[in-house]
Amino acid sequence: MIAPAVEVENLSKRYPGAVAVDGIGFSLPPGSSAALLGGNGAGKTTTLAILLGLLLPSSGRVRVLGEDMLAHRYRVLPRINFSSPFVDLPHRLTVRQNLSVYARLYGLRRRRERILALAQDLQIAEFLDRPLGQLSAGQKTRVSLAKALLNEPELLLLDEPTASLDPDTADWVRGYLEAYRAQSGATLFFASHNMGEVERLANEVMIMKKGRIIDRGTPQALVARYGRATLEEVFLAIERERAPQRLRAS
Amino acid sequence: MIAAEARAAGGRVLAMLLRYLYLLRSSWPRALELLYWPTLNMLIWGFMSQFLYHNSSYVFRAFGVLLAAVLLWDVLFRGQLGLSILFLEEMWSRNLGNLFATPLRPYEWALAMVAMSFLRVLIGVAPAALLAIPLYHYSIFALGLPLVAFFGLLLAMGWGLGLAVCALILRKGMGAESLAWLGVFVLAPVSAVYYPVSILPLWLQHVAWALPSTYVFEGMRAVLFAHHFKAGAFLTAAALDLVFFFAGAALFLLAFRDARRRGALVQIGE
Repeated sequence: MIAPAVEVENLSKRYPGAVAVDGIGFSLPPGSSAALLGGNGAGKTTTLAILLGLLLPSSGRVRVLGEDMLAHRYRVLPRINFSSPFVDLPHRLTVRQNLSVYARLYGLRRRRERILALAQDLQIAEFLDRPLGQLSAGQKTRVSLAKALLNEPELLLLDEPTASLDPDTADWVRGYLEAYRAQSGATLFFASHNMGEVERLANEVMIMKKGRIIDRGTPQALVARYGRATLEEVFLAIERERAPQRLRAS
Repeated sequence: MIAAEARAAGGRVLAMLLRYLYLLRSSWPRALELLYWPTLNMLIWGFMSQFLYHNSSYVFRAFGVLLAAVLLWDVLFRGQLGLSILFLEEMWSRNLGNLFATPLRPYEWALAMVAMSFLRVLIGVAPAALLAIPLYHYSIFALGLPLVAFFGLLLAMGWGLGLAVCALILRKGMGAESLAWLGVFVLAPVSAVYYPVSILPLWLQHVAWALPSTYVFEGMRAVLFAHHFKAGAFLTAAALDLVFFFAGAALFLLAFRDARRRGALVQIGE
């Protein structure tokens, strides 16, 4: 039996006076694409940070690619990666230098070839030798994505992958992520509050609110369950605490 | 298995070292800053020494006593500052989240900072020491092998202090940033850099003898004035250095774990 790519049981993260994640649980099969959908402060980024081992949970169990993330984090980290517009790469280093440092951190052997291949794929070859700080937001996002794909991750974690991008660049990034998952068979798990992104990329959506997963399903199933026209309407209904029409009728 | 893991760890330390070398290369003001203070200090204290040589029996006994003290103090200061600055670079660039999503271990990061700090000290202090030769006809290298011992002792102490400062910044956030520049100066008055320990009040002398730096500066004067290297003092300083270094490293690793608990790795920034 193939182990789930991600398996979370009763996961909580409490801070003094606040609960960021409140007893959530879910499982993602390998090769799936799942989204955490929720408003600001719902607990999406906290959940991703725990999956990466950047944040220790208060309680609960996390298994990533079959390994206990709390006990064997360093066995898992070479096989996963992440990208977030809220975590920077050093601005003074050129794109090539940044990618070279991270390629070494992941222990890649054919670093130069891998960087050039990704640079071609992600259309960043022309500014490989420019300092990161001189690039536009869209270009930086593509560099961050190149960093996230250096080690050909089996699990790719993304926090708001297209935040602050213009629609054209955002569409391009989504297309690239779809293609990467199709080609590599990697699992994609991302946090977003962009409905279009979630509908396009995710085949499983978990809606978070106040640290809890309050509903889940395919985008189509959620839309049908709440009797709405779009996922955005579902999201707004949940944020405004309206029950699904089916539940209200019963 | 162990050899492969050690090789991988070495590769990650090298990656971080490369990251800091790229950074140094990217900005000439940063490289200039490394040279600036040690050279300026050497110039001021060199002229002061020339003046005091003719007006002070203390300096007359050995012309280089103040210059050597200035240069050696810079080794301690630059050792600590160099390490803390590299740590702050990651804070300023909000890069910790990316770094620690890789297989990089905190101790590997610390080792890379130690290695780069060594290079920064060499870049900063060596030109000042060399410049003193034509300017004042004084070579700190005339101290001979004891210079290597003094250099090593002060660097190790600086690294221990630097790691402790990093731990404090990790714990208290960027509000504690100024400790990187100021922290080590607390120890300057009791390290007996420019004067003998005997000048200090008795109770403060006990504090002074708990610092490796005091043994170095007393040892330096013994070499300059009496041409005698105190091996016993060297061993005591080395033992104290081990305490400083491992205490600093332990604090750093504890603070790192605590940062993971508090979520500081993804939150700390400018």
